Amino acid sequence: MTTPLHPPDRSPVPGTGIQARGLVKQYGEVTALDGLDLDVPEGTVLGLLGPNGAGKTTAVSILTTLTEPDAGTATIAGADLRSDPTSVRKRIGLSGQYAAVDEQLTGHENLEMIGRLYRLGGKTAKRRARELLERFHLEDAADRAVKTYSGGMRRRLDLAGALVAEPPVLFLDEPTTGLDPRSRTDLWDVIRELVDRGRTLLLTTQYMEEADQLADDIVVIDHGREIARGTADELKTLVGGERIEISLDPNASVEDATMILGRFAVDTPHVEGRSLTVPVSGGAATLTQALRALDTAGVHLRDVGLRRPTLDDVFLSLTGQTAGAAQESDRSDDHELLEVA
Amino acid sequence: MQELTYALSDGIAVAKRNVLKITRVPDLLVSVLISPIMFVLLFGYVFGSSIDIPGGSYREFLIGGTFALTLTFGATFTGAGLADDMQKGIIDRFRSLPMSRSAVVVGRTASDMIYNALSLGIMALTGLLVGWRIHTDVVSAAAGFGLLLLFAYAISWIMAYVGLTVSSVEVVNNASFMVIFPLTFVANTFVPAENLPGPLRIFAEWNPVSAVTQAARELFGNIPPGTPEQTVWPLQNPVLYTLLWVAIIIAVFAPLATRRYTRRR
Repeated sequence: MTTPLHPPDRSPVPGTGIQARGLVKQYGEVTALDGLDLDVPEGTVLGLLGPNGAGKTTAVSILTTLTEPDAGTATIAGADLRSDPTSVRKRIGLSGQYAAVDEQLTGHENLEMIGRLYRLGGKTAKRRARELLERFHLEDAADRAVKTYSGGMRRRLDLAGALVAEPPVLFLDEPTTGLDPRSRTDLWDVIRELVDRGRTLLLTTQYMEEADQLADDIVVIDHGREIARGTADELKTLVGGERIEISLDPNASVEDATMILGRFAVDTPHVEGRSLTVPVSGGAATLTQALRALDTAGVHLRDVGLRRPTLDDVFLSLTGQTAGAAQESDRSDDHELLEVA
Repeated sequence: MQELTYALSDGIAVAKRNVLKITRVPDLLVSVLISPIMFVLLFGYVFGSSIDIPGGSYREFLIGGTFALTLTFGATFTGAGLADDMQKGIIDRFRSLPMSRSAVVVGRTASDMIYNALSLGIMALTGLLVGWRIHTDVVSAAAGFGLLLLFAYAISWIMAYVGLTVSSVEVVNNASFMVIFPLTFVANTFVPAENLPGPLRIFAEWNPVSAVTQAARELFGNIPPGTPEQTVWPLQNPVLYTLLWVAIIIAVFAPLATRRYTRRR
């Protein structure tokens, strides 16, 4: 949905990675972070995935200088978090879980104020505000008070606020939580475009699909600790690789089918009635070969598919609960955490 | 030096936003400007009509106290505004920006000064309508208004600290009511301090609200003739005593409020 102002430039800005080691944060009895390490190489997107109360927001507020960690160190775009928070602030943009824009001001006034506070000067601040409103398709609402905006518009404005000074490192804390599917995919397009420009991005989310769509690497956390990390594909492989699922025609021989598919299997096929589940590797190519072999042998099928585990499966097997369930049960904890904070 | 320039320009950006906000919520603006009128009319007519001062006007005597009381209450606005910003999450946005650490509070207290000036102007006009007069010269009158505003500015810094500490608008309003009510009533705002009994009298005599009230009365020439000489130092030197308080309050609460804002939870 966005029209880039400049041609996409995928080259990452050098020296803009994020490294964090052993982050610990305790709120009274509650351990929000329990020794978290994070690495985001420059120009890549790290998805920090976990249920509510897992410590995602705490991690972001530590890395954006809002919260002091009890232990641990971090370097953001070459600046040390503890000794030089001012330099960190100059290089980052933050868009939070709840749109931090002023309801009474217009979209333009909000962005202009942020520009002035980044010390761009009045003229540049105004120009940047206009550019960003255009880029985020808010130009028609530019001079309306933000309180008249929809949820999706507010998030876009908030995201625009994080981009006023074109920072090389971005932190997006649950950018699409609470949005309808349409606004969500709109926002994903915007985020993808940012990434295409070589920005380093740390994104927290409780949506598997979001991490799958946007992140190069994913760190799954729960109770303030990392429980898995890898690419979306690696994580999916972790809970079991891909498999061919076949449902046989009533006339077809189960024995023949099992024997033929056995040649492609990487593990013991599972037979249940006239349905076969065959663990494979090699994806679509393997499926094509298997189908060709079945066809040559005259084995007729009713249905066939190549199934891969979703990140939801990953989450379920790692935490023992679905992200949705975790969200429900941890919601009250999360609120308490905010109160303490 | 550059830090100071930044603090100033950042503070102006924040103050501008606060002023814009005031104009965007007209009902808020109306309510904050109506209460000063109400105070002047209520105190002027309810008390001012029933109490006689031989040779003087009680209504005129009351005006200085009403000014001081209303401006002190008005400082609650500062705390409520900051608490609201905390609640809405915009303070987190500010804190993640490479802006001056004191700008948010500097900007807030500065924009509230404009609001205080507006409120004082309206009270003065209302006062003139109900018979209050300035019996001195322009310079003294200007000094009187200036001192009142300066005092309000100092109280704003206390409320800024409160607002950033409790972070809920309701708590700010209740907490300040508990403090500001006794502070403004156990004073010479409505009755001469020497009429109060024992400990209350001592409190009233050393209360900075009494001093700023006394200073305003003197500078506007609203001390009724035949009033006995003040016997305590603060009320004998009300301008100096007020300035002393202003300096102490700002020296203590400006760093406290800024630290509160900067504090990384």
